[in-house]
Amino acid sequence: MNRQRQPPRWLPPILLTAVLLLVWQLAVRLSGTPRWLLPAPGDVVLAFITDWAILWPNALVTLSEVLAGFTLALLTGIGLGIGVFRSQTLERVLYPLIIASQTIPIPALAPLLLVWFGPTIWPKILVTALIGFFPLAVSTVEGLRSTDQDVVNLLRSFGASPGTVFRLAEFPSSLPYIFAGARIAVAISVIGAVFGELVGARAGLGYLMTRSIAQFETPRLVAAIVLLSIMGTGLFALVGLVERVVLPWRSYATVNRP
Amino acid sequence: MSSPQTASPTFRAALPSRLEIRDIISTYEEGDHRLTALDGLTLTVGVGEFVALVGPSGSGKSTLLDIVSGLLTPDSGDVLLDGEATTAAQRLGRSAYMQQRDLLLPWRTTVGNAGLGLEAAGTRRDEAERRARAELWRFGLEGFDAVYPAQLSGGMRQRAAFLRTLLPHKNLMLLDEPFGALDALTRAELQAWLAALWEQERSSVLLVTHDVEEAVFLADRVLVLTPRPGRLAHELTVSLPRPRTRAMLASPEFVRDRAALLTALGVLDDPAP
Repeated sequence: MNRQRQPPRWLPPILLTAVLLLVWQLAVRLSGTPRWLLPAPGDVVLAFITDWAILWPNALVTLSEVLAGFTLALLTGIGLGIGVFRSQTLERVLYPLIIASQTIPIPALAPLLLVWFGPTIWPKILVTALIGFFPLAVSTVEGLRSTDQDVVNLLRSFGASPGTVFRLAEFPSSLPYIFAGARIAVAISVIGAVFGELVGARAGLGYLMTRSIAQFETPRLVAAIVLLSIMGTGLFALVGLVERVVLPWRSYATVNRP
Repeated sequence: MSSPQTASPTFRAALPSRLEIRDIISTYEEGDHRLTALDGLTLTVGVGEFVALVGPSGSGKSTLLDIVSGLLTPDSGDVLLDGEATTAAQRLGRSAYMQQRDLLLPWRTTVGNAGLGLEAAGTRRDEAERRARAELWRFGLEGFDAVYPAQLSGGMRQRAAFLRTLLPHKNLMLLDEPFGALDALTRAELQAWLAALWEQERSSVLLVTHDVEEAVFLADRVLVLTPRPGRLAHELTVSLPRPRTRAMLASPEFVRDRAALLTALGVLDDPAP
């Protein structure tokens, strides 16, 4: 097969989406389903235009919660991951707890956090941070443990201290893992922020969604969901972009040599 | 710590030795068995001497280099550097250890990798890279300073690893089958390159290999180890003059030395004519 004849990689998903939207639009129109029950894509586009002045400021609120929560997750997740890797005591005491914490349905903590902090930004930031913390902590530990032991021995034979081994070999080895964890964490951070808003908020896309449902403004609700999806995808892509800048060598080393 | 068998004084006063190993015993656990890797090995490497150690796989050759570099503590026996008894911890940082795998860091460029030995011992990164860059031409790496290891050929990767090993200018080099992962042509080319490089540097080298021709071509003296547990089976002073050239691979001296070593290894029944 001639490789140049192949369509670009982004074309098939775009085409599929377009077809699905068209089917959706026709099905809603032809069946006469009311807008408040299931809006057609056209209604959602209309909501984007007419309600932009409401959607945009609320999106910014959610975005700031996501960014603050994700930053907190980055600091604590990577920090604790390094602590668990470097200290046997921490590994024995803390790592089982970190793993066990994953069995707690974190969104269910949102009401509790609301009781503690009130309808401030803090319950949203904390739910977001708690959700993002786990993949970051685990990927940091796994990444640090993935360090080639022959490289560690090589550096030790040159007289490197444990701190130097960490700086020269272990931390750089963990970065691809940390970025993989960060991509997962940032995408699910959006879910965390919305959960925090759903239980009690005065602004944000989650808040707007509950208000829109109450007012039968379903097209606006769907528009908010689309915005959340764009936000998650955009942040995911942004982390990938940062990774390509920070780890330029990754594009050459596609296969790890044995 | 003194060895139990130093009753008779050795004659080491005559020749200064860079490295002296006395009665090394090293065991390791495998499952519920305790296996002996080295069983009372004794050897010396003189100042400016190139010593090769050949032996079948599993004769404890790599274990010996781990012990000399300070990564491993033997069960018993002494390791002397420049005439002084040392503990494993004291030996860390005293020698330059190079393994069969090049162990280049994929996230560092050629100069970054070549300077790693210096950086490990505390040199600032920019200074280490500056010194690495100044040596690139001797290692056939000129113009490849800002390139990642994945973009280098196998031979170039191994030369970059050599530069990393040599740059800290340790006076003892430990080479563990440094050409083992290369194809035959690249290996022959790098052996000649290393011989020429060594004839300029004249540092003390302990080379571990299972390639008898490589041992004869590079070394002043070749030691043959027995299969596990490793003991000294044979010693040969190479009769080739220096500088070594690849034409010597066909010389009668080379053929005779190789035959003697192969016999000691049990590969030949009697010396070739």
